[in-house]
Amino acid sequence: MYKILDKVDYSDDVYMQVIEAPAVAAAAQPGQFIVLRIHEEGERIPLTIADFDREAGTITIVVQAVGKSTRHLQTLGKGDSLSNFIGPLGLPSEIENYGTVVCAGGGVGVAPVYPIARALKEAGNKVISIVAARNKSLLLWEDKMREVSDELIVTTDDGSCGRHCLVTEPLKELCEAGGVDLIYAIGPGIMMKFCCKTTEEYNVKTIVSLNSIMVDGTGMCGACRVSVGGETKFVCVDGPEFDGHQVDFDLLMSRQRQYLEQEKISKELYEECRGDHKCLK
Amino acid sequence: MSEVNTNNPGDKPAPKPKRPKLPRTAIPEQPPKVRATNFEEVSLGYDQDMASTEASRCLQCKRPKCVLGCPVGIDIPAFIKLIEEGDNAAAIAKLKETTSFPAVCGRVCPQEEQCEKLCILGRKQEPVAIGRLERFAADWEALNGPSGKPEIAASKGKHVGVVGSGPAGVTCAGELAKMGYDVTIYEALHKPGGVLVYGIPEFRLPKDIVQRECDYVESLGVEIKLDHVIGRTMTVDQMVEDGHDAVFLANGAGLPAFMNIPGENLNGVYSANEFLTRSNLMKAYRFPEYDTPIKVGKKVAVIGGGNVAMDAARTALRLGAEVHLIYRRSREEMPARNEEIHHAEEEGIIFNLLTNPTQIIGDQEGWVEEIEVVEMELGEPDASGRRRPVPREGSERRIPIDVVIVSVGTKANPLLTKSTSGLELTSRGNIVADEHTLLTSKEGVFAGGDIVTGAATVILAMGAGKLAARSIDRYLQGQPLLTAEEEEAIQAAGNKAAETAAAK
Repeated sequence: MYKILDKVDYSDDVYMQVIEAPAVAAAAQPGQFIVLRIHEEGERIPLTIADFDREAGTITIVVQAVGKSTRHLQTLGKGDSLSNFIGPLGLPSEIENYGTVVCAGGGVGVAPVYPIARALKEAGNKVISIVAARNKSLLLWEDKMREVSDELIVTTDDGSCGRHCLVTEPLKELCEAGGVDLIYAIGPGIMMKFCCKTTEEYNVKTIVSLNSIMVDGTGMCGACRVSVGGETKFVCVDGPEFDGHQVDFDLLMSRQRQYLEQEKISKELYEECRGDHKCLK
Repeated sequence: MSEVNTNNPGDKPAPKPKRPKLPRTAIPEQPPKVRATNFEEVSLGYDQDMASTEASRCLQCKRPKCVLGCPVGIDIPAFIKLIEEGDNAAAIAKLKETTSFPAVCGRVCPQEEQCEKLCILGRKQEPVAIGRLERFAADWEALNGPSGKPEIAASKGKHVGVVGSGPAGVTCAGELAKMGYDVTIYEALHKPGGVLVYGIPEFRLPKDIVQRECDYVESLGVEIKLDHVIGRTMTVDQMVEDGHDAVFLANGAGLPAFMNIPGENLNGVYSANEFLTRSNLMKAYRFPEYDTPIKVGKKVAVIGGGNVAMDAARTALRLGAEVHLIYRRSREEMPARNEEIHHAEEEGIIFNLLTNPTQIIGDQEGWVEEIEVVEMELGEPDASGRRRPVPREGSERRIPIDVVIVSVGTKANPLLTKSTSGLELTSRGNIVADEHTLLTSKEGVFAGGDIVTGAATVILAMGAGKLAARSIDRYLQGQPLLTAEEEEAIQAAGNKAAETAAAK
């Protein structure tokens, strides 16, 4: 069992948990993910690592509740335990001194960007970060990102905080101004797609981290396959990071929607049972 | 499971008849129409009378050929004789001298290709049902409680790490524990058993049986660490640094292969691995009681002709679909076990033989709608020795379908091998290991099972596990590893021991 040591709700749907998993924390690198299972009947949920503390033996995850499982996970707090917590999975980010790097995170995508930005900063890069959200209440980890960035830009879709624009606007300006050597863009599929469309024009290499549907997360099932440069790749063993200009985002987003129908059934039943899993039997 | 059918109901165990006239004892099975709607075991197993009758057919050969056909060298005549005598406890103890997985092997081994193929009785009539008898003994123990543990040698004070809790890993761990080694198995998934839990369906191998056999290995002192992905959570090099005196890599076959035809990434296209993992390991067939969903359309196409394809097809059928199996050669070349093909046919799987998919066509939303196939004819034999299928021009046709399950094999998983220094690999990414010792190019590291051979059978993986245990024992005792000749001599001596036992 893996104990939840801390939990913070950032909004009705977005929350952070710190989980005791020493073996995972010892090996974790920026860019990797974990797979967790809440209980015996639970599904395997892949989540990007938002932070890790090797000394404390903990992994931090930031989650947006969407379906039944992430909703259930949100009800768990300090002192509760998870049945399984597996990782770190996927390939780590390739951290080097590239020069100037832009780290753009959208929504909960800011959380996985954070350890990457920190590592890039430590490697001597000039880090310009963009923290983006739909509105002020969904804005995440602004302070943490500021700490590891040379410059920080905040954008909201509705203008409730920072600049009133989409993440692509400052991205375009930075590319236009020149001197950007690499871009990290992590967030919802649609955000990454448009970030890549923006940066493609300026030919600035853009890395994205893909969040596809997975089961085992170790290459066995092939559920996470995605087309990169016309070739089928497995997100779990070949990724999760890829050259965004080569990714078929429409395929990625289509495949992400595969279980919408079942997710709805599951969520409705869960709400009817008010979280009492046993009532489904 | 209220109804059973016996293939020959007139076959009542009677006063012991003269050998070898008795026909092979049929095994009761759920009738096809009933079992096609449930996940309970197809084959119900022998009762005591059936088992004794079948056991009485064994000729107790002085030079038993069957043993030569068994990759782990079970003393077959001896355990069968004990069943005939009604001493089931002794029969299971005899089995456990050589195998840690009798309930599994009795169910999923291709006996017709191994022990039973060599049975002398098989020359004139049907061979002794060795697999069914093995299963009987194992199931008897499950019902009546464990009949004692094998002897465990005094601790040798050395530690062995085993990667993977499938048949190769668990067999190796069990053997080493009996020899007095401390053994830890590292398993990536949240349940032990490897392919036995994620791959083989409940109706062919109930999961509580796998759990029971894993519990047994734990009872020998083996520790099983779940949720540990070697190559990620820790590397093989770290295992060595952390004080593992030897390591056995048995991490399995790995990534599912696809055909590289258009439309393979459409929604509704599964690898057999994914479909079976969702259903078996994650219990998606019980969704929404279990959280993992599975999409089963009204019409499912399963591509391939191996045991895995049969498992996927029969699972889809039980989930309510009309299932079309598409295989590019004829029934004769199908790699699946005869019994599995027969069961699939009985249950109503529709076989499209000499048929090959050319593309999968989707709808506007990105979901599978149709599959285009072409008819094939068999030409000259290819490298595999099977006749090469050649497409018949102009024979393309489309079948409306809403789920496709691709079961065309697996490729080596790079996760562990890429993170391990100094490990020699084949061009296909499999680990290079000496055939007779299973030693890899890395000091103290041995490898066996599917990661070395490519996807094979449970019993071959178990054979590799036993071989690895023998090699690791010699390595840790500072003895030279066996040469090919010595290995053969040991096997010959084993056969001699079997002869002596049979003569008693």
